[in-house]
Amino acid sequence: MKLKGSEIIMECLLREGVDVMFGYPGGAILPTYDAMSQYEDRLHHVLVRHEQGASHMADGYARATGKVGVCIATSGPGATNLVTGLATAMMDSSSIVAITGQVPIPAIGSDAFQETDVTGVTLPITKHNYLVTDVRELAYTIKEAFHIARTGRPGPVLVDVPKDVQIAETEFVYPEGEIELPGYAPPWAAQDMDIEAALRLIQEAERPIILAGHGILMSGAMNEVRELAERAQIPVSLTLLGKGAMPEEHPLVIGMMGMHGEACSNLAIQEADLLLALGMRFDDRVTGNLKTYAQNARKIHIDIDRSEINKNVKADVGIAGDLKTVLTQLLPNLPQKSHPNWIGRIRDWQEDASERDILNYETPGILLTAQVINDIWKLTGGDAITVTDVGQHQMLEAQYYPHQRPATLLTSGGLGTMGFGFPAAIGAKFGMPDEEIWAIVGDGGFQMTLCEMATAVQENVNVNIAIINNNFLGMVRQWQELFFEKRYQATPMVNPDFCKLADAYGIPNRCVTQRDEIEDAVQFARGIDGPTLIEFVVEKEEMVYPMVPAGADLHDMKRRPKPGEA
Amino acid sequence: MAEVKIDSKVTVVALVENEPGVLNRIASMFRRRAFNIDSLTVGRTHKPHVSRMTIRVDAGPEYARKIAANLQKLINVIDVRIIDNEPHVERDLALIKVRNDDADSRNTITEICDRYPARIVDVGPKVAIIEVVGTEAIVEEFIERVRPTGIVEMIRTGVVSMGRGTRIHDTNFINRRALAEAAAEARNGNGRIV
Repeated sequence: MKLKGSEIIMECLLREGVDVMFGYPGGAILPTYDAMSQYEDRLHHVLVRHEQGASHMADGYARATGKVGVCIATSGPGATNLVTGLATAMMDSSSIVAITGQVPIPAIGSDAFQETDVTGVTLPITKHNYLVTDVRELAYTIKEAFHIARTGRPGPVLVDVPKDVQIAETEFVYPEGEIELPGYAPPWAAQDMDIEAALRLIQEAERPIILAGHGILMSGAMNEVRELAERAQIPVSLTLLGKGAMPEEHPLVIGMMGMHGEACSNLAIQEADLLLALGMRFDDRVTGNLKTYAQNARKIHIDIDRSEINKNVKADVGIAGDLKTVLTQLLPNLPQKSHPNWIGRIRDWQEDASERDILNYETPGILLTAQVINDIWKLTGGDAITVTDVGQHQMLEAQYYPHQRPATLLTSGGLGTMGFGFPAAIGAKFGMPDEEIWAIVGDGGFQMTLCEMATAVQENVNVNIAIINNNFLGMVRQWQELFFEKRYQATPMVNPDFCKLADAYGIPNRCVTQRDEIEDAVQFARGIDGPTLIEFVVEKEEMVYPMVPAGADLHDMKRRPKPGEA
Repeated sequence: MAEVKIDSKVTVVALVENEPGVLNRIASMFRRRAFNIDSLTVGRTHKPHVSRMTIRVDAGPEYARKIAANLQKLINVIDVRIIDNEPHVERDLALIKVRNDDADSRNTITEICDRYPARIVDVGPKVAIIEVVGTEAIVEEFIERVRPTGIVEMIRTGVVSMGRGTRIHDTNFINRRALAEAAAEARNGNGRIV
């Protein structure tokens, strides 16, 4: 059957199990949009308002479902607008396939209208990318792209398709069977000697701790990690993206680690004699000063990306492999252990933290972000998918909305992309239509991508937007307060009336300024089948504690003063 | 003579797909990760769809392993090997243009060339071109010897390396895309059997 390149793209997407794509049309991708009309019943296209939104929606879809998210854009500015979303997905190992139009092959290199070297631009921020120069290669290339995006350490893959390749016809033959790429074989199982070495270190450890990362979720190793922790009685500290790897209610889970992690987690890491780093990459926001990081600890590092092992922290046992497979190899010979003194010591630190908890403060007449987030947690039964933006509200979400299930906190961790939250929440809702979705965003980040309110209305996407509005770029302001003597340069914001803005888009909305108004507003939003917006006007100069200043030692935390101490 | 330090250098050999943009991907990765490299050579192999790279790094084996792991991550890189720990042959080639305008320098150059794997490949009234082929150490040493006579131009290829004996670094990779296309054509009755 002879098909046009544009139709081949659609046929391939269907065969990869794609049911929704996020995109924006334009000259060089028009043939592909034209072909969409034949596939409307099976392939839903969501028209975004800015291509960055499309890339974040594809990312949110991928993170919520574990499937590949798809975004489409035209050449030149359309494609360059995807860049932030691709870089975000690259840093957080999220699987996206981006399809971009390109000027016709004869025009490539001539600085044609809307021509950009998109494969060149996206080379360092994609797992791989392609420029398709022959329609006969198109089907094979798309199949490869999906294979690369979803396997191994997942990541974004971009396929740049010149307009004439979309128009050209060829015999459509979908490549059967598994893709085999000569230079691409993600590691899988561990060698026996490495498993034995790891078991020996676990056996010898008196103060072990598990560092649970995003890789656990992507490998689906939640049960294995839980069994490991329970049988060897090892406390579990989570990375930001590792949230949901184990239920936070579990007694062995001691909270998030790192810059704004729980004090007990950071102190435990610094005193541990064994780190079991599972599917995490020792990001600088997690380690603080590497020279003083976990100096007393031996390290077992298991990650699917070989280049992560020994990159930042030297491993005593480094295993490149699929986490679930490796843990399945390790568990049969794992000893029963108990560490009552060690766990008791961590409990003492936890008690100190709860004394310092802002929720235990008397705060009459003002609204605090922690209260808002904690109340949303209570009112949603702790069971919503929350999608955050970046900044203070993000860290407070991580502290005050405990997650019990995997993939229920979607957040830009590695790149820290402001503007991610709201579009990613829309993408997540398309992937998980039965879940309750909350976009928890700051007033700064929301304004970077708020144009997608129109998308949410056009598609009637049931996403609840919670704007945490302190009329400041809060986290930057916090740094200015702590490290720049309160010189608030370019952080105060004159904001629009968010509720009027929502009115203009036709989005039901509420504004909350007092704590006793939170419940009513949240229930109002939950009761509406479609987008809603709640503006929470919070205290202007809140602080996120604890805080490890950038580059400081992990145990050197700025702590929230106890009531009466400050 | 300047001291030539080569002991700390490590050689990474990579087999890569011979496709447009592959060198760009590799160069981009080196730049992004701030890896310093001493020399990088690329050339075709006996298989038209496979190129081979030799990368010399002035750093310890741990650094080389990082480079190897990051190279291996690139989809178009088929296989990577660090070959310092095994017996191997390595060659570097330099073309050196030197002053040749008096009898003294002509004699000196001829004498030096006799003691090294070097020969004069072009002689003119003012300058001569010398070709020297050998290990990196030999080439470096040779350059220092001829430097006093006055080097006016020089180019080096960078090191290429190959393991000795039956240590064969090859790939059975066949160009899958070409195969798939041929298979599709065969199915369509165009007659090309794979």
